[in-house]
Amino acid sequence: MTSDFRFAVNVSPKPGILDPQGRAVEGSLGHLGIDGVSAVRVGRRIELTVAAPDEEAARAIVERLAGELLSNPLIEAYQVEPIGAASSTRSEVPA
Amino acid sequence: MTVRIGVVVFPGSNRDIDALNALEVAGAEPVPLWHDDVDLAGVAGVLLPGGFAYGDYLRAGVIARFSPVMRAVAGFAADGGHVLGICNGFQVLTEAHLLPGALLRNRGLRFVSREVAIAAERLDTPFTHALGARRALRMPVAHGEGCFFADDTTLDELEANGQVLFRYVTADGVRAGGEEDRANPNGSLRAIAGVMNAAGNVAGLMPHPETAVEAVLGSDDGLGIIASFVASAAERERAAGPALVATR
Repeated sequence: MTSDFRFAVNVSPKPGILDPQGRAVEGSLGHLGIDGVSAVRVGRRIELTVAAPDEEAARAIVERLAGELLSNPLIEAYQVEPIGAASSTRSEVPA
Repeated sequence: MTVRIGVVVFPGSNRDIDALNALEVAGAEPVPLWHDDVDLAGVAGVLLPGGFAYGDYLRAGVIARFSPVMRAVAGFAADGGHVLGICNGFQVLTEAHLLPGALLRNRGLRFVSREVAIAAERLDTPFTHALGARRALRMPVAHGEGCFFADDTTLDELEANGQVLFRYVTADGVRAGGEEDRANPNGSLRAIAGVMNAAGNVAGLMPHPETAVEAVLGSDDGLGIIASFVASAAERERAAGPALVATR
């Protein structure tokens, strides 16, 4: 029997990698009259649900996915974050 | 016999027709290959065309990397087969780790669609030998993520190994500067427009030689690149002899 585990994968440009989107956002801050904001980096957040026997197994799948597909290790770093544990088990009939 | 060269069509490819035409102009028999194909129909070379494969979702080229045909392309490349990726095809090849580096969003943030000039760094490769001499080659670019990036160590290695194939140049053939230089349309590091793998049989570039193969298109400077690739694939097929043909 498996349970559903929900994760978020936060992908961001590695330190030192040029981030033109972050730079553009930063450049626009002056138009809002806001001072003192710097080092803006724009990343991506992917949320997904994994069916697995336990959280450890689910996390292993997410880690693999994050490293091989969701991020490009050459230019991006990622962080896996559990968001809410099993909401239901697979054997249950959905409400 | 006319050499058969495959053009991979992904959902979202849009320069495949130009690629098929360019191969024909260069004297090859173009063979469309579908992204779902598990074999390459016995072609002697593979061209990955420009476009927005799978909508370029997530990152340009990454979802195409996992398509069935790319498994066959990787095997073909590992056997020494010639593979050329143009624009989105270049992005696919870097995501598939068949070429070094990555293509980042253009430094100017804008999609750039205009004519640029590039020059070959080497004239002794399967992709440049028919160019004859080093000169500025005029052809278009059309991309939003074309800023070539690799860390300094990798860049030094690429230069030392002669893997930098093309650089952006001015109309006079002078190497382009950084992002502030209009000759460098996307801010590519060291003005790199195209690279090769270490073995020298896989290459990619962001500009479009396949849309600059006839004077009526505004420039035929790209034909030398396509013709080099076609001739190299033909030569390899001839050298392999009937054994390769028999596996079709």
